[in-house]
Amino acid sequence: MRQESLLARVILIGLVFFFTGLILLLPIYTVFHEAFSKGLAAYWEGIQEPDTISAFKLTLIVVAIAVPLNTLFGILSAFSVTRFEFPGKSWLLTIIDSPFSVSPVISGLIFILLFGRQGWFGPWLAENDIKIVFNTPGLVIATIFITLPFVARELIPLLESQGIEEEEAGLLLGASPLKVFFKIVAPGIKYGLLYGIILCNARAMGEFGAVSVLSGHIRGQTNTLPLQIEVLYNEYNSVAAFSAASLLVFLSLITLVAKQILERKIKTTKKEELLQQEV
Amino acid sequence: MFNLNVKTKPYGKTAFGLSLGITVTYLSLIVIIPLGALFLKSSGIGWEGFWKLLTNERILGALYLSFGAGAIAAIINLFVGFLFAWVLVRYEFPGKALLDSLVDLPFTLPTAVAGIALTTIYSKNGMIGSLLEPYGIKIAYTPIGIVIALVFIGFPFVVRTVQPVLEEFPKELEESAYCLGANRWQIFRRVIFPELIPPMITGAAMAFARGIGEYGSVVFISGNLPGKTEILPLLIVTKLEQYQYEEATGIALIMLVISFTILLGINILQTASARRKG
Repeated sequence: MRQESLLARVILIGLVFFFTGLILLLPIYTVFHEAFSKGLAAYWEGIQEPDTISAFKLTLIVVAIAVPLNTLFGILSAFSVTRFEFPGKSWLLTIIDSPFSVSPVISGLIFILLFGRQGWFGPWLAENDIKIVFNTPGLVIATIFITLPFVARELIPLLESQGIEEEEAGLLLGASPLKVFFKIVAPGIKYGLLYGIILCNARAMGEFGAVSVLSGHIRGQTNTLPLQIEVLYNEYNSVAAFSAASLLVFLSLITLVAKQILERKIKTTKKEELLQQEV
Repeated sequence: MFNLNVKTKPYGKTAFGLSLGITVTYLSLIVIIPLGALFLKSSGIGWEGFWKLLTNERILGALYLSFGAGAIAAIINLFVGFLFAWVLVRYEFPGKALLDSLVDLPFTLPTAVAGIALTTIYSKNGMIGSLLEPYGIKIAYTPIGIVIALVFIGFPFVVRTVQPVLEEFPKELEESAYCLGANRWQIFRRVIFPELIPPMITGAAMAFARGIGEYGSVVFISGNLPGKTEILPLLIVTKLEQYQYEEATGIALIMLVISFTILLGINILQTASARRKG
């Protein structure tokens, strides 16, 4: 195909590299530069700060509860939306998407309105000595809310394009719905599912706004890793803040790589399917 | 079970009931009841209460700042995002695959990390801040810093909405325009560009909506001066910390209504452009 003149191409590509450096790479470079600015020993010490370690553990606990729950929900909701017809389906889709359009701070606020001291369930929770706000359960709930759409959003288009014929055949031949799911549906969506889980996981580990509202900022107890980074940064403990941040940068880079690999896998499986259909 | 328009074949009623039942229960607990609580709580304020919020100078300042900075950042992302989509789809060059995957970085990098990194870069002693300091240009702790943070977090939206449309753009159209004697610029302006307007608007609107609600990356670079560099989400957090739940809820509702209106607008635009194409 005809293209622009070489000069125009070089300028446009050059601009893209310039912006990539300025917008995308400079922040990553800065994190590592600041983290190692006082040497390896200081970096190591920053990572091993007791509060940072406990924040990291808390983050892992929150993620370990939120991500599997949202994965299960994502599979079930995508399945019911694509395999059945029922009234209110488009409403359901809108509600599944809605956490994306709500500011993280507001999503924190809505759980304070429910579980806070002046909230709907506040008095009852206080009577029964259950602490949700400013405690781990609050962090988990906020994280679930924020990351709710990720898995479902990936699976819905995949399940739609996969078609129902093979499943119908399986059911007609007498297989149980569960067997059909694991033998026919699951292999087709496995990469998409993994893709959704990885995005969900990255967001869950990095969530700041919603978690910040609900945490109460108790050092060593209710601070997740992003919140701990804020605390360290505000105390001008820049090396420790950036060393902790470097952990999250590693995670997001790994996520990017995994995402790229899975995107390719999804593309090639789609192509194979098209080829098979043509044959 | 239902006499409504329900089709449960081929899986049958049990599978349908189970999967939809769990889905709806989960959604009710996590999304519907909490969001409903927000609406119910804020209805207690009444019209007068809302009017009071909307005429409060501090809140108005935050409203202008959040929406203004969000709009400027979205416009910047419209241009930069278009450039990226164009170059990534149309040209071949070394490092393209790497560049393509880097575009998603703002989606995967935690906002707090982005926030402290950007603040360091653009503050007085930072890599870029120190270059601009002699000219009296300040970025960190000013509205410009807020715009930069919002450009960062909204960056992938336009790229990722324009890219697939550009990829699937039929080459025949371009070739026939060329055969009819159009030059590159005419082809771009008359043939390609009109097709890209809907995804560009969608992407920019998504970046805008995300920008208004963004908290983590902005809170560090903004400096948080009431009336000057205070954004809406921060105002909500401040009100919550002062136990002024009513005001926080009111501001939240105003934000929600505006961002849902934007999303509704996008949907209407999209259906309209789909209909136009036929």
